[in-house]
Amino acid sequence: MNKAGERLYNGIIKENPTLVLMLGMCPTLAVTTSAINGLGMGLTTTVVLALSNAIISLLRKIIPDKVRIPAFIVIIASFVTIVELLLEGFIPSLYSALGLYIPLIVVNCIILGRAESYAYKNPVIPSLFDGIGMGLGFTCSLTIIGLVREIIGAGEAFGFSVMPDSYIPVSIFVMAPGAFFVLAVLVAIQNKVKIEGEKKGKDMSKIGSGCSEDCMNCGESGCSARKFYDNSEKAETPETKKAAEEVSADE
Amino acid sequence: MSDLMKVSSNPHIRSKAGTSNIMLCVVLALMPAAAFGVYNFGINALLLILITVASCVFSEFLFDMICKRKNSIGDFSAVVTGVLLALNLPPNAPWWLGMVGGAFAIVVVKMLFGGLGQNFMNPALGARCFLLISFTSIMTNFDCDAYTGATPLAVLKSGGSVNVFDMVVGRTAGTIGETSMIAIVIGACFLILLGVIDLRIPGSYIVSFVVFICLFGGHGLDFSYVAAHLAGGGLMLGAFFMATDYVTRPITIKGQYLYGVLLGVLTGIFRIFGAGAEGVSYAIILGNILVPLIEKVTLPKGFGRGGEKI
Repeated sequence: MNKAGERLYNGIIKENPTLVLMLGMCPTLAVTTSAINGLGMGLTTTVVLALSNAIISLLRKIIPDKVRIPAFIVIIASFVTIVELLLEGFIPSLYSALGLYIPLIVVNCIILGRAESYAYKNPVIPSLFDGIGMGLGFTCSLTIIGLVREIIGAGEAFGFSVMPDSYIPVSIFVMAPGAFFVLAVLVAIQNKVKIEGEKKGKDMSKIGSGCSEDCMNCGESGCSARKFYDNSEKAETPETKKAAEEVSADE
Repeated sequence: MSDLMKVSSNPHIRSKAGTSNIMLCVVLALMPAAAFGVYNFGINALLLILITVASCVFSEFLFDMICKRKNSIGDFSAVVTGVLLALNLPPNAPWWLGMVGGAFAIVVVKMLFGGLGQNFMNPALGARCFLLISFTSIMTNFDCDAYTGATPLAVLKSGGSVNVFDMVVGRTAGTIGETSMIAIVIGACFLILLGVIDLRIPGSYIVSFVVFICLFGGHGLDFSYVAAHLAGGGLMLGAFFMATDYVTRPITIKGQYLYGVLLGVLTGIFRIFGAGAEGVSYAIILGNILVPLIEKVTLPKGFGRGGEKI
């Protein structure tokens, strides 16, 4: 299924939630003290994201527009509770390492963002794969950040010692400032690659992915598909202006 | 002065002051403290200073080359950063500490924000705090051939007594450049006479610090206690050479007084109530971050603007 593959590529590379969309910064900065923590957090989020995307997509015609956010939260919170109890039961070490950040997945802006911008407007299968793709993108970035921080800050990778014995760990990298350093460098590299790609004439623009054709609620100002919305707006402008003037005159 | 203010047609009086001249003056003014540090702690201190300066200059050169910018090592600001950072390192620190610190100061704190004039934080202090957090055990170990045991401030904090005369001369444990109050003040006088720095920030810093210590130090107006606090640690070095950094201090005159008072109070809080014995670096860094706000508050109003509307 081509659509599913496109969704996966979009989530992992093109619209990587951490490095491109800059979403979910709280877990990104807080739990990536080691590669294994990053991986665990990423996979936990992936499971919740994929399942909640699928369910929200199934229920998209039932959920009334006005109460959609509370409905999303209830669905997401159910899955987070399931995952939390499973983790506590079967991987207690990861559960204690992630701590408070597991319940906080409920308000993770990636999950709510995908529910709002994709799953609520698209069929089940693409939504499921959108969730998996976004989740894997999140997992990849978190694991990379965690790995870099662990190697520099503790001389280990996934808990195994990788540096020579004489290496003195730069412990600031496993503290809060290290997360900012590593994230900033990764985002810089991502931007560099993107700019180089655009110079070569590749289409690196974000649109096409996650486009619900709802230009009214889309923040993508550089979108080529936006033309239709802008034109319609222009066509409406004189009339709406006139109407607005009449209203103000009445007042 | 009145000659300078005369309104006349060009050519006007030119001043020879430029970035590289001022930076050279600062390097010269730091020399007494550095020389005393080398005399006091031995050859490792000299090596550490040279390595740190070389690391700073080389990082700046490399960064300019990689980013295809105009080479900026000619303004000597990297040399100042290197000397200041080295004077803030313990005398027996390993050579790579100076190298890592120098590279961090130049690349992360200065060049990534746009180079000299754009950094929001003093590069030497940023690097010192980076090293202090990363390699705490090395950075707080002041044992060397000449001295063993705690720094005077740590002794003071734990309630012991210290020899104030030794602290003023500099015959105590500490970082390379901070121990001798006399050497630092000689350098500072040189800068003040040349007009490179003025007494606004150091003066308000030191006065507010003394007031804070008298009020909250627990010893009241005890002269030797206050003198020990003034001569000990990095207060003098920080007040005269780091708080007055042109880039990271406020521009407005009122703001400079406010900044000095803020630094004095923060240093007092860190020294008296904080967990560690020393707090000058953290105080100045916090002050640096607050500088934009201070400038916003103290920005003078243009003539005819502001005031009450009738």
